[in-house]
Amino acid sequence: MNYRMISYIMGQILKVVGLFMLLPILVGFIYGEDHVVASFGIPFLITMAIAIIFTIKKPKNNSVFSMEGFVSVAASWVTMSCIGALPFVISGEIPDYPSALFETVSGFTTTGATILEDVEAMSRSCLFWRAFTHWLGGMGVLMFVLAIMSSNDSRTMHMMRAECAGPKVGRLVSKSRFSARILYGIYITLTVSEAVLLLCGGMPLYDAVIHACSSAGTGGFSIWGDSIGHYDSVYIEMVIATFIILFGVNFNLYYYLLIRKFSLATKNEEVRTYFGVIIAATIIIAINVHKLYDGVGDTLRHTFFMVASTITSAGFSTTDTAKWPVFSQTLLLMLMFVGSCAGSTGGGMKVSRIMILIKTGIKELKYITNPRAVTTVKMDGKPVEKDVVRGVSNYLILFIMLMCISVLLVTLNGFTIEESASAVITCMNNIGFGVGRFGPAGNLGGLNAFSKVVLCFDMLLGRLEIYPLIMLFVPRRR
Amino acid sequence: MDIIIVGCGKVGTALADVLNDEHNVTIIDKKEALVEAASNDYDVMGIVGNCLQTEVLDEANVDKCNIFIAVTASDEVNILSCLIAKKMGARHCIARVRSPEFDKQLVFMREELGISMMVNPDYNAANGIAKVLRYPEAINIESFAKGRVDLAEIRITSGSILDGVALSQLSRRMRLDVLICAVQRGDELTIPNGNFVLRAGDKIHMTASHSNIVKFFKSISAAYREKRVKSAVLIGGGRVAYHLAQQLIEMGVKVKIIEIDRDRCLELSDRLNKVDISCADGTDHDILEEERVYDADAVVTLTGIDEENILLSLLAKNNGVEKVVTKVNRMSLMQFSDTLDLDSIISPKTITVNQILQYVRARQNSMGNSVTTLYRLVNERLEAIEFVVRDEKEYVGVPLKKLKLRSGILIASIVRGNELIIPKGDDCLKVNDSVVVVTTTKGMHDLSNIFD
Repeated sequence: MNYRMISYIMGQILKVVGLFMLLPILVGFIYGEDHVVASFGIPFLITMAIAIIFTIKKPKNNSVFSMEGFVSVAASWVTMSCIGALPFVISGEIPDYPSALFETVSGFTTTGATILEDVEAMSRSCLFWRAFTHWLGGMGVLMFVLAIMSSNDSRTMHMMRAECAGPKVGRLVSKSRFSARILYGIYITLTVSEAVLLLCGGMPLYDAVIHACSSAGTGGFSIWGDSIGHYDSVYIEMVIATFIILFGVNFNLYYYLLIRKFSLATKNEEVRTYFGVIIAATIIIAINVHKLYDGVGDTLRHTFFMVASTITSAGFSTTDTAKWPVFSQTLLLMLMFVGSCAGSTGGGMKVSRIMILIKTGIKELKYITNPRAVTTVKMDGKPVEKDVVRGVSNYLILFIMLMCISVLLVTLNGFTIEESASAVITCMNNIGFGVGRFGPAGNLGGLNAFSKVVLCFDMLLGRLEIYPLIMLFVPRRR
Repeated sequence: MDIIIVGCGKVGTALADVLNDEHNVTIIDKKEALVEAASNDYDVMGIVGNCLQTEVLDEANVDKCNIFIAVTASDEVNILSCLIAKKMGARHCIARVRSPEFDKQLVFMREELGISMMVNPDYNAANGIAKVLRYPEAINIESFAKGRVDLAEIRITSGSILDGVALSQLSRRMRLDVLICAVQRGDELTIPNGNFVLRAGDKIHMTASHSNIVKFFKSISAAYREKRVKSAVLIGGGRVAYHLAQQLIEMGVKVKIIEIDRDRCLELSDRLNKVDISCADGTDHDILEEERVYDADAVVTLTGIDEENILLSLLAKNNGVEKVVTKVNRMSLMQFSDTLDLDSIISPKTITVNQILQYVRARQNSMGNSVTTLYRLVNERLEAIEFVVRDEKEYVGVPLKKLKLRSGILIASIVRGNELIIPKGDDCLKVNDSVVVVTTTKGMHDLSNIFD
């Protein structure tokens, strides 16, 4: 293990996080909140101090292999969550540290689950920081570092893989630096256009920026207790629903559209399935819940929004799904697992993984009925390599195992098994709301400190796709 | 520049390694694992697929690529994929073609088929070995400025008159117009100044004109006097041996080839004249004695197995052969080669990579970059770069002693027209000069990089 290089990478990442902490200070000045100087200034100084100590000298041996890549990314995410929680504690708005940590992790991992009873009581700078962590965590901080870094580090793939979502990670262009720049370019463009569209819908500037950041990372933090439902505007709901769905699409597709390789973009099986699942789920749930709303329009409006919000792992809400029939609630719970596309900012298991799993299942079935049958698992008409298939199955197994352990630990808190399980599922898939007590109308504030730490861990597991975080705790001899 | 490399073998990966810093490199190979490994290690885009499929080449954006390099295992695939790439819009194509059968149609392929460059690693390796045998004291010789400057690497043996000489005394006492540009002592590589004292065991790299190098070898070795290599034994009769034997015969060297495979022996004897060919196991000590291998002036080990070559070379050296040349394919394992008593190690891979790199540099040069030649020496730790002074910059016309060079950089020679200048403090650079710079820092793209 090259610890010097790991801390160097961590330093680079922390530098970026530290600099971004200046933004809430700016927001605080605009809205005349004086406490920001202390509550964001102190964490800023701490972050920069650590970052500068770590990056003061570039290590001579700059070899980064997959182990170093995984560990540095996981360690950075843990550290930046720990530091990112400080403003909430110092400003006194979330006085107890585990709760603040939960809120920050939920931000960075784009979960959007909150422990706050009354969101509206928070100061504007803190609310901005909360939403901004979504934006930063959505595409990934390391990706940002890669995009702005000027050094010619060639072994960046190991780090990119640790932070990017999906069963396979590749570059868009031959230089990782340019790939990262392209991705951030697309990301920023989409975020800005969403904010502009929201402004057109009559949303105030501050709210528009917060909600654009929040949906860009498919996070789900809002500034209102009743989330998007607060505006009660079809236009705003549809803009947000459309954009979270767009943020849940593999970003490579936008690049293909940009370079006019339309056939590559339209033929993508994963994205087609993703849209198919959204449409199918909307129709099924709409039929199931139509009695609760007046008319087809209203029903579709709420079901479409909630399906989009669930599958993309955003976790915004316009209506309380706890009042829905159990069937619909269960379907939403299943959508949580499906998640969005690989290479997007969304969470969940990712559509492509589920597709590979189902296709492998079909292949096995064929093999059982006819042992002479030879079949290949294919995606986009190309065979999927055995290693990828195996990786996906292993991922599922690990995911389920860790989920069961987490559920067990959370039940110590004394809630029903249903509620405990839904809390874990929502955290591991980075959604933001569960069922029952933890539904869209409720919050996770009732949990004790231990459960909060377990759930923090779950959220990081979900965002970094398990392996990097596990690597942190694997004993090593090297 | 946009560069596509087809074939992710030893040469392909090595090329990706040296090119990925400055260029946008895309690699194509059929084997998933190789592509995966290369794109993990280097900043390159990997594509898995058959390089003869237009679909795959299209995915690699072949129409926008400046240089297309085909280095798969098969000559035919290399030639064909170059043709396809050329038709699809690649500007320059380089194919590795190693079979001697194609030797005579290289011009046809260049002029009629439009393949810009054909690289033959075996031929190049043979060339390199022949050069080394021409100057038995040298370990390696490279040339710059169209052959006007030689860069030679030699080892100072104990008892040599260079042992204990300070560099400043070198030209005064010995009247040798050579410049020592780098000294490798143990693991350390230094660009020396005038006070540096040479010691036995050092490996030195120096530049001088061709005639001065010959003069230098004459004066450092009392025994040198026209002591050319008159006979050479090649162990292993592969393609390198074939090319080498041809060249050595032209130089008037008596050549014997020992090859284990009878069919190959017959083939060689069909194609080569005036060469002794023995069909025997060249790794058998008794046979080597019987064949009087140790009496030869030079032994070149060219079997397909690196380990055998190294052991055979050590054996020959121990038995008193003056000059031993070893062919090693896997250079990455040769970091310890200095601790072995081997004087010349030749790697076809490294030679091929260097040759392709020179071509890439030349293309870059025509696009405004001023590097014309580049050699990587000492396990790629030292670079010798030839620049052309293109236009009036602030450093042109200023005496060198007034310019501040960055540390670890040395101006080894200046070629002005037909004249070679070993630079002193009063010399200055002029437009259209070729300047050879030796440096331990990588990534020099322009002459202005070398000044502080």
